[in-house]
Amino acid sequence: MLYRENGQFKTSYRADQQVFPITQDRIGIALLLAFVIIVIPVIAPEYLFRAILIPFLILSLAALGLNILVGYCGQISLGAGAMMAVGAYAAYNFQARLAGMPLLASLLLGGVCATVMGVVIGIPSLRIKGLYLAVATLAAQFFVDWACLRIPWLTHGSSSGSVSVATLRMQGLQIESPVRKYLFCLVFLVVFAMLAKNLVRGQIGREWMATRDMDVAAAVIGIRPAYAKLTAFAVSSFILGVAGALWGFVHLGSWEPATFSIDRSFELLFIVIIGGLGSIMGSFFGAAFIVVLPILLTRLPQWFGIPIDTALASHLTYMIFGALIVFFLIVEPHGLARLWSTGKEKLRLWPFPH
Amino acid sequence: MGFLLETLIGGLMTGLLYSLVALGFVLIFKASGVFNFAQGAMVLFAALAMARFAEWIPRIAHIHSKAASNLLAFAAALTVMVVLAWLIEKLVLRKLVNQEGVTLLMATLGIAYFLEGFGQMLFGSDIYKIDVGLPKDPIFLLERVFPRGVLVNKEDLYAAAIAAALVIALSLFFQKTATGRALRAVADDHQAAQSIGIPLNRIWVIVWSVAGFVALVTGIIWGSKLGVQFSLSVVALKALPVVLLGGLTSVPGAIVGGMIIGVGEKVSEVYLGSQIGGGIEYWFGYVLVLFVLLFRPQGLFGEKVIDRI
Repeated sequence: MLYRENGQFKTSYRADQQVFPITQDRIGIALLLAFVIIVIPVIAPEYLFRAILIPFLILSLAALGLNILVGYCGQISLGAGAMMAVGAYAAYNFQARLAGMPLLASLLLGGVCATVMGVVIGIPSLRIKGLYLAVATLAAQFFVDWACLRIPWLTHGSSSGSVSVATLRMQGLQIESPVRKYLFCLVFLVVFAMLAKNLVRGQIGREWMATRDMDVAAAVIGIRPAYAKLTAFAVSSFILGVAGALWGFVHLGSWEPATFSIDRSFELLFIVIIGGLGSIMGSFFGAAFIVVLPILLTRLPQWFGIPIDTALASHLTYMIFGALIVFFLIVEPHGLARLWSTGKEKLRLWPFPH
Repeated sequence: MGFLLETLIGGLMTGLLYSLVALGFVLIFKASGVFNFAQGAMVLFAALAMARFAEWIPRIAHIHSKAASNLLAFAAALTVMVVLAWLIEKLVLRKLVNQEGVTLLMATLGIAYFLEGFGQMLFGSDIYKIDVGLPKDPIFLLERVFPRGVLVNKEDLYAAAIAAALVIALSLFFQKTATGRALRAVADDHQAAQSIGIPLNRIWVIVWSVAGFVALVTGIIWGSKLGVQFSLSVVALKALPVVLLGGLTSVPGAIVGGMIIGVGEKVSEVYLGSQIGGGIEYWFGYVLVLFVLLFRPQGLFGEKVIDRI
């Protein structure tokens, strides 16, 4: 009834090609933005920021990066954790070695370092694809893990790669309270989500998708596969690198290489698949799911007053997590984003479906 | 010289154990096109089952002979693995027919998580011992050739013999029996196999059972060497480069790949490790396989896929 696009005529190409062509969508996004920027900082308790909101924002950003590679360009990567590690440690080095380096610049330069690394590990994709490529990216994951642990130069001499950062400050503004950290991450996420959305709508995004759908056909119509794949690796790694730097600097404050281990890579791949491959929206859904689920699983027995010891709880969490992943893959292999779009389709006809 | 030989033999033995895990990967990939990340979790699960059954059965049934209780535990663990295979086929694979490779990969990751949690909940999460009577004493070989001889662990030799027997038995099973032929047919072409009346679902159950059996044997060998603990499931990650090096579809490839990576790891760790900080074992296999894949994308023994990229 309310969500309907008839009557909204476009009179220029510009209006026709905007990101949200439906007025209700624009209003919805504006309301959502107002809510997360103004209302949440006021009403949310501190625990919510630390345990849910900040991890959610950063993981969404990382998933966004991985989704560009896996979902849009079709190159399976299990090295996402490594890219985050490169971003985090590079940013740390810029902060620690260069006095007076602005925070923002270090974070972005961390992303640039991850980009370089990403292009290097993307090179095998020119020769191999599919599962073989997935394992090739694992090589990067293990190598980066090892390098952060064993090469002291990379971690500015700290033993076994555990580093910590001082209080974050940007232009004299301290980013210390959870609310400020939350807003800081939110700005990154919104900016990168806009960039990503526009990238995948544009020429380069179409090249990625063509390569994903059928690489031979893409090459025939004049898309250079090497260029398309490597740019996808580059953009994806940049976003992952920035997300990694944020994870280290803003969320944790101090971290060690195990933070960005292979489990992180798997987690990100789960987010992308559960959220929906090839969907910006899906990255958010997937991240929310992955962040909230473990907390819910450990909290639920407490709420119902069932005493449960921690070992059993952690095993149960593993089990339920695994079972839910399988369940989701079976019920909705296209991810939560597909559910969302189905819901929207239904809403357009409501309350008079044919 | 004797030291080098010792390193080589040690590497070969480790490699053989990698090969066993890799074998499980290859079997399942060949028959169902699923890249089974859960193989490591299956090894852990099987080893846990074996260790605990060997502890429980004598207590419940009052059997005092160790061989008998081990045999019973083996049978029980094997039954558990077959039931598991049946459940996986019934509840997961059947519902995911025709999905993309990455979806199936994720599903096996889900299975891996589930098994890790379930196994430890059922059988406990301490470190357990498996004692199947493999002798642990070291022996010295070739004492006439080298001054102090070559130190070899007797246990490793037995493990190697078991692995060899397993590979021979599997190849006989694949080559000589009707079921084996059906398995190869399915591996070759799902649709063609189905159209001549081979029941795909049953074949999948069989293949996962065989993989479960391989996991059980691997778990027993690893477990009696290192103890049964959570870290066993990480073995799967060690076996991945082995599979790719040998080729995803080749059983001999899994064996040879395991040997190459096992030896390479040990030799590079011993001779290069001191110079660049140690822990090369951690990534050696992966980086090696990366270079091999750049020149031979199908691995050393895999079927050549003619494909434009």
